[in-house]
Formats: sequence, structure tokens, C-alpha cells
Amino acid sequence: MYYREVIRQMHDIGVGSLIIVFIISLFIGAVTAIQFAYQLDGTLVPDYYIGYVVRDMTIIELAPTITCLVLAGKVGSNMASEIGGMRQKEHIDAMEIMGVNTAAYLIMPKVLAAVIIIPILVAIAAFVSIGGGFIASVPTGLLSGQEFVMGLRSFFMPYNVFMMFVKSLVFAFLLTSISCYQGYNVKGGSIELGKASTNAVVISDIMILLADYLIAVVLI
Amino acid sequence: MIKISGIYKSFGNTPVLKNISAEFQPGKTNLIIGKSGAGKTVLLKLLVGLIQPKEGQIFYNKVDFLQLKKKDLRTLRMKVGMLFQGSALFDSLTVEENIRFPLDMFTDLTKKEKSDRVNTCLNRVSLDGINAKFPSELSGGMQKRVGIARAIVLNPSYLFCDEPNSGLDPKTSLVIDELIKDITIENNMTTIINTHDMNSVMEIGDNVILLHEGEICWQGNKDEIMASDNEILHDFIFASPFLQRLRNAAISNGFQK
Repeated sequence: MYYREVIRQMHDIGVGSLIIVFIISLFIGAVTAIQFAYQLDGTLVPDYYIGYVVRDMTIIELAPTITCLVLAGKVGSNMASEIGGMRQKEHIDAMEIMGVNTAAYLIMPKVLAAVIIIPILVAIAAFVSIGGGFIASVPTGLLSGQEFVMGLRSFFMPYNVFMMFVKSLVFAFLLTSISCYQGYNVKGGSIELGKASTNAVVISDIMILLADYLIAVVLI
Repeated sequence: MIKISGIYKSFGNTPVLKNISAEFQPGKTNLIIGKSGAGKTVLLKLLVGLIQPKEGQIFYNKVDFLQLKKKDLRTLRMKVGMLFQGSALFDSLTVEENIRFPLDMFTDLTKKEKSDRVNTCLNRVSLDGINAKFPSELSGGMQKRVGIARAIVLNPSYLFCDEPNSGLDPKTSLVIDELIKDITIENNMTTIINTHDMNSVMEIGDNVILLHEGEICWQGNKDEIMASDNEILHDFIFASPFLQRLRNAAISNGFQK
């Protein structure tokens, strides 16, 4: 029963967020490439550094952080509303009385699904973002495709990928557990449900940024 | 059998239930009645463990409910069915999935056995053939009956009903009342109903407890209501002028107190 719920949640979070993650990552990569190219203008730094910077910016920071901040808004608010709505309609009470461990049944599959699927989403975001950097810089003549690929292959540190996955795991856990907590403990009516949903996003975002800083301090 | 003694519950400094003691026998429909704010829902929630009393004891067949460990509490709760005021059916699940939910959670029955059990319960509440419908496609009365089907799917020993007739027309209310009464007798369940529907009280009230300002102010059965001298009870039962006229007519036509 829980296994099926985990799969369902993975589908909802993963497939349901694919388009928004794709669009945001594409533009983040594109904007990173264009802004770095602008800063390189008139300097002695070689152009292929654009590919290098897009890659590292994406992997170390932008893919995990921006993706999870967006997911906190999309998935987190959805979870808080869903569980909060169940609380208000007495669905949670009904399950409790049946003998169901509601925290385990409602929250655990969501957290588990998120920590499995969000790192995959972040990895996809990283690839798409680098693709966005390529699209924004190569066809527009900022640098050649060969230079961009050369930049991508320069100074590569696999440790950065490890750091990206650590961040995405921690952020996934934070955004789902905070959102589920806000929804599970909602009291009152629709105004309180709205507040819980907002709190889920705001607190998740703050905690993600705080965790981002702490992980950077610890892992770098 | 459920026995409660010395139950006291307050929210902040406001006492809601004061020294409540009662026994609820199996095979009987036990009704908790009272005005809005009298503490009926709080008492029902205390009985099923959704909230905890500040003082007092609750016994399910001599088992101290409030001292149970979480695991034992969950085991006991599998013997408990509850019909909620708003039915509390899961919106995203079909009627079949709603009724099957406890079976999926707690039994190792095959798919066919579960389906048979669901159909038996639906048949019992006279709702054959609506398995694939969603709760939003049902009327209020049908939702209540699906709620009852879900509550009895695990053959519970205890059935709790919170305002089973709220929002229903008098005829549908009677159907729900008779259904609850019949199921209670068939399965020898301890049924506790929280209501302020006077038809229910007069039709199925085997044991009626009147709560007033957090205290039990009258207890008896439906036949003892007319004969009672309790002013609070009569103010509550015969609240409308129409019912008062009926009562006066009954007395003037020879009904003996």
C-alpha cells in the first residue's frame, strides 16, 4: 500500500514538475551564459570560459537551489493544501479512527518519493540548463560550439556533482517535510489553509537557502 | 461495552465536560443528545481517542483505552467504525475504493474477497451497483450510507456516528436511523450516536444521554422521555411550538406521565 503511494507521489512530483523545471532551467542556463559573456567583453579571459562557468554555476548552485525553490512553490504548497484539506474534511480523523498511522501513510511516501525523484529532476535541470547556455551563446555568435564544449570539459571536478546531489537530497527532504508538517497541523478554515500553504513555501524557501549556505560551508 | 467514568475536559479555562460517567451496552443504540455547544462532539472525540480528557477513564470491555500503547490502540481501532458528520469519504477515490480502504490497509484478502466484501456492505446499505461512482456524484443521504458501509466493512464491535442525520430530509433520516439500528442488532455492536435529531431520539433511542452545559442532566430510553419531569429534557425535545402542541395534545388525550 505505501509502496504504491510512493510510486504515485514520484509520478506526481517528477512528471508533474518536468515542464516547469525544463523551462526554468533552460532560461537560467541561457541567462548565465549571456551575462557571463557580457562580463568577459573586453577582458583577456578566453571565451570558452563561458561553457565552464555555465557548467559549474549550474551544477554547484543553480540547478539544485533554483529547482528546489521552484518545487517548494509548486510541490510544497500542493502538499500543504492536500494534507490540510484532508485535515479539514476529517479524512485524517477517519483514517486515525480506522487505525491508520496517518503520519506514516500521508507524509512518509511524499518525503520518500521526493528524496528519490527530486535529485533526478535536479540532474535533468542541470543538463537542460547547460543546453540553455549553449542555445543562448552558440547560435548568437558569442562563441563557437567547439569552444563551448571545450569549456564544458575544462577543469571538471566530479566532486561538484556529488555536492549537487547532496544539496538536492537535503532540499527535497526539507521542502516536503516542512510542507507536510504545515498541512498536517492546520487548524481552522480556508483562511488558515491558505496561510499554511503560504507558510509551507516561505519556510521551505528560507530553510533551503540556509541549508544551501551550510552545505557550502561544510562541503567546500 | 464501553464505560466512561469521571470524564473532565476543558479547553483553556473553559470546562466543556464535567464529571461524565456512563455505560454504553452492546446491541443497543446509545444516543448522546444536547444543544449545540453542550459537549456532544467533544465527548464522541474523547471516546474514539481523537482528543484526550484531563481527567477520567474510558474502558472498552474492561480495557483501559487511555492507557493503551500506540500499537495496541491501533489494533483496537480496527474494531471501531465511525460515521462522520460530513461522511469524510475520500474525494479522489471511488465508492468501491473508499469502502475497500480499510481492507487494503489491514487485511490480506484477495482482490475478489475484498470486492465481495465491498458488495456485501453496499448491498447492506441498499446501494448496489454504485461502486464506480465518486462521492461528489452522490446525494447527502447516499454519502452517509457509503460512510456506514465503510464503517462496517471490517465488522467492527463499536460504531460511532457523529450527527448521522444532519443535512438530510426526515424520510432519509429515518432510513439512516433504521439502518444503524438494524446493523447494531445484527452485529451486536456498541453503537454511540451523537445527534440533535428528535426523530432519531424517539425512534431508536435505546439509551439516551442528555448533555447540558457539560454535564449529564438526564439519562433513560425513548419510552421514558414523555413520562419524565425533567424540564431541560422537555425544553430540548419539544423545542418547537409545533412539538409542544403535539405533546400537550397527547397529554390531554389521556397520555399519562
